[in-house]
Amino acid sequence: MAQVTNRLTPFFENITFDREDNELVLNFGPQHPSAHGQLRLMLHLQQEQIVKAHPDVGYLHRGMEKMAENMIYNEFMPTTDRMDYIASSSNNYGFALAVEKLVGLEVPRRAKVIRMMILEINRLMSHLFWLATTALDIGAMTVFLYTFREREYLMDIIEGYCGARLTHSAIRIGGVPLDIQDTFIAQLKDFLDKLPANIKDYEDLLDTNRIWLMRMEEVGTISTEMALSWACTGPMLRASGVAWDIRKEEPYELYDEVEFNVPYSDKGDNFARYRVYMEEMRESAKILYQTIDMYAECVKKGETELMAHAPKYISAPKLDIMTQNYSLMQHFVLVTQGMRPPVGEVYVATESPKGELGFFINSQGGPYPYRLKLRAPSFWHTGILTDLLPGHYIPDVVSIIGTTNIVFGEVDR
Amino acid sequence: MAQHKIDYAKSGGLPVALTSIDKLANWGRSNSLWAMTYGLACCGIEMMAAGASRYDFDRFGTIFRASPRQSDLMIVAGTLTKKHAEFIKRLYDQMPEPRWVISMGSCANTGGMFNTYATVQGVDRIIPVDLYIPGCAPRPESFQYGIMLLQKKIRANKAGNAQKPKRLM
Amino acid sequence: MRAYTPKDNVQKKSYYTDRFHIAPQVPKEDVASDEVFAADLATIEAKFEVLDSYIQVEQMVVFINPKDNYKVLELLKDELEYTQLSEMSAIDFVADRGGFEVFYQMLSMNKRKRLRVKMFIKDGDAVNSVEPLFRSADWSEREMFDMFGIEANGHPFMKRILMPYDWQGHPLLKTYPLQGDEFASWYEVDKIYGKEARDVIGPELRDTARVDRYDSQRFSRLGHEVPKGTEITGDEPKIEQSYQEDGGVFLIKKFDRESSVIVDDPQR
Repeated sequence: MAQVTNRLTPFFENITFDREDNELVLNFGPQHPSAHGQLRLMLHLQQEQIVKAHPDVGYLHRGMEKMAENMIYNEFMPTTDRMDYIASSSNNYGFALAVEKLVGLEVPRRAKVIRMMILEINRLMSHLFWLATTALDIGAMTVFLYTFREREYLMDIIEGYCGARLTHSAIRIGGVPLDIQDTFIAQLKDFLDKLPANIKDYEDLLDTNRIWLMRMEEVGTISTEMALSWACTGPMLRASGVAWDIRKEEPYELYDEVEFNVPYSDKGDNFARYRVYMEEMRESAKILYQTIDMYAECVKKGETELMAHAPKYISAPKLDIMTQNYSLMQHFVLVTQGMRPPVGEVYVATESPKGELGFFINSQGGPYPYRLKLRAPSFWHTGILTDLLPGHYIPDVVSIIGTTNIVFGEVDR
Repeated sequence: MAQHKIDYAKSGGLPVALTSIDKLANWGRSNSLWAMTYGLACCGIEMMAAGASRYDFDRFGTIFRASPRQSDLMIVAGTLTKKHAEFIKRLYDQMPEPRWVISMGSCANTGGMFNTYATVQGVDRIIPVDLYIPGCAPRPESFQYGIMLLQKKIRANKAGNAQKPKRLM
Repeated sequence: MRAYTPKDNVQKKSYYTDRFHIAPQVPKEDVASDEVFAADLATIEAKFEVLDSYIQVEQMVVFINPKDNYKVLELLKDELEYTQLSEMSAIDFVADRGGFEVFYQMLSMNKRKRLRVKMFIKDGDAVNSVEPLFRSADWSEREMFDMFGIEANGHPFMKRILMPYDWQGHPLLKTYPLQGDEFASWYEVDKIYGKEARDVIGPELRDTARVDRYDSQRFSRLGHEVPKGTEITGDEPKIEQSYQEDGGVFLIKKFDRESSVIVDDPQR
């Protein structure tokens, strides 16, 4: 068999010297270790300063929206895991909530508490991971090792719950599949008790670190107008002076029953975003402590239901399927043909660790969504680099990309 | 055809000398696999986890390098899309011989769950792969086991043979 | 006879549909039931033609004429405090109605309200770009162009965003198959190795459940693998899979399972 040869032309786009305007065009990515995935940036440079930035995305476009149109609703759940794979349960939840709103389901209270626990654990995992990678990009290897250690403990808890470390699928449409395991609360409490000391460790390493401050303070400043215009959400928006948290403003689940603060800053620079992330970790811990109490209350009251009761859309509990003929038939139809939600549209936004995660579903009454649009926060947080990077220097690019906290699974979908 | 005859002049010397050099070279190669960070998607996160504190990859002599020119192992961790396919070939071509490729995770192996228009159905359509690690995403343990198997494979080959350019198909 | 497959919608169809099944509707409420939305709608209606309006799942939906889209969004942004364009895209109704529905998902943080502006455009028509109002529309409109082929007039950089620049077809159209067309299936091979290499590399394997007919004998015989083509007798010896070779590795101590400690608590 003939040796297959390479037909790619030599790649000289990287550096162009012969331009008349004395600009140097630098190609950054798509496989750059500090690009947090597959981001490609074409940077026009005047010496070290960026005059024009052109982010190019789509290197991880896997066609999830198209997949959704060819899948029954429950089948799409594992695909949402792979969107924001740092905190996959938050995507599961966003999708489940959108379908529940479309269908009009009410989730049992115990399931809501478990969902909130999983969501906040995911938020902590995501923020720890963000701190690890950003610190690594800026050169603080120690923080990377520390935060990954804590993240592994959280992953143990999640793994005990759903069996997966990274791609959880821990939430179903209509509730949660399982009750939490008996070691869950103890492990979580153990973790949460250690967390403040751990966060203090990171802050001791970073807050007064001269290099960290030089790379973070007054770098990558996003004004409020710019953040709003670029549809920034989550910590990006909160660090730019708008205290908008969907958990607080449009509460879903039981977020209106727990007490927590929305940290925000009006500086808008990298350091402000870093502070917002650190404070959010503390707030998440606060919420988790409260959910532990709420769960204990549910147990005391004897609420055992974990899935909503809606035979048209949701399979009956396992016991019913095994013992009752009609439940078995319903289950068979729901698994083979899928649920058929009513005709209509819904857009539901939830606060994922990165920002507003929205699911727009247009249903035509069939078992497949007619159109499913995933509104991923990172998409616009990448787009803002077009306006944000000009004026900065090359080393700032890495720290700015770091603090925008973009994940390419959800940028490109 | 007399293909069983070995041309010692080409294969690098007398058999006795060859074995010991083989062992030495393979020992060095298998225990200092410098991997290129090719984290494309979710599996890249597990690859990072494998390199971080709990799983500690440095024990195996595997150190992640940011440049293809400094690495002898490419770990394709994640979904390879058609838009990206061109770059994996470019980066593979930049790696010095001998080089190995691990395809990590279902997406890299076969396209996995992403059976869509935008996904390359297996990186072995673009570059030759030495080892496939199943899983979505594979746990760091299985990833480490994969590295160990690759080390075994490197040691099983003759040091000179590994330098022959691999064919795609 | 071969089964007829419609060409205008190649997406997956349910294999069973009840002829007498009438799909229920997600309830639509009158806009007057919500004060804030009613006031907003009155402001819009004073200046522009509103084709339809209702509240569905706590959000107001307003249908407008496609020529007004820039002006309506300007009004929403400047006067009605809808400061963010969260999302915009299109829905393909070419097969049923010969066009697309374009929607703009707006958010007002002061009023804590979300509103959806929708408009219907014919296949082949372009929309007015709202990029001067909301920078987020820059990328959204590019994505809409990439996925549906709907161009935005006045957009500064109307190029593909997610797919490569030299891609053919618009993936989210209902006429575009999930697994791609002929162009898509050979894209990477053509680009990297040239068309001649198609025979060498071969077509994509798209059947996820495919098992090689000739391979079925050795399929899932874990620990008892035999080389391809070998006759299987059923009493193959078990192949012990070990990390290290039998003779040990040069300069490395052999791993001894008996004398090692197993740590079962990862949080020790």
